[in-house]
Amino acid sequence: MEIKTTPLKRCILLEVNGRIDSSTAPQLADVFNETTEGGEFHIVFDMSNVEFISSAGLWVMVTAQKKCKRFNRGEVYLAGVPKRIYEALDLAGFIPYYKVFDSAAEAVGSF
Amino acid sequence: MQLEVFPANFRNLEKIRDFFARAARAAGLDEDAVYDVQMAVDEAAANIIDHAYGGEDIGVIECSFEIIDNGIRIVLHDHGKAFDPDLIAPPDVSSDPCSRKPRGLGLYFMQKLMDNVNFTFNGDGGNILTMEKIKEKCC
Repeated sequence: MEIKTTPLKRCILLEVNGRIDSSTAPQLADVFNETTEGGEFHIVFDMSNVEFISSAGLWVMVTAQKKCKRFNRGEVYLAGVPKRIYEALDLAGFIPYYKVFDSAAEAVGSF
Repeated sequence: MQLEVFPANFRNLEKIRDFFARAARAAGLDEDAVYDVQMAVDEAAANIIDHAYGGEDIGVIECSFEIIDNGIRIVLHDHGKAFDPDLIAPPDVSSDPCSRKPRGLGLYFMQKLMDNVNFTFNGDGGNILTMEKIKEKCC
């Protein structure tokens, strides 16, 4: 799994390439934590190149959203969510918790 | 029946998923069903590491499968502590995720994504998890 972070004017773009499971989820959690500890709570999580995500990865996403939404200081937007990953998020009941955009550009433009 | 034994650690989850993905394709499942199998076996193996063994590199996971008439039967066998699925409360997926404890989703996914999920504890022989994925009928 590779993670790329790009600071933008109004948010941080976080792109993940590969598979998020119990082995790699802690690495993703670290990046979300560094971002919020750096005072940035507007995050676009581009999932278009995520091939697989397990419940361990889904909980990392929920924790990040919880931190960002606290005190109404920000939010994690999801972009380019592949169909099977969308279905996993939906099965877990997490979809209502996120704004989901077709593309990262659209999500970034919405902040 | 084909068998492969993996040391129970998170680094091997990818190998375990790949082993069963190849098996599911060989059984003629479509790619959506192959993905369901990958999710279910990942959650099963992660639960074995976390709960049956209580950590990484303590035991092994014996992975095997059998191609059946209408799909595939998958078996994960560990030698850890007994696992009783009836003791795991199902997650309330309609509640706010923030207020939920980060657990219980693995078993829920297995039960939702696979057709038959059965746990047996075999004394010193450990836990035997059997799951089947049945091909969707076409047309």
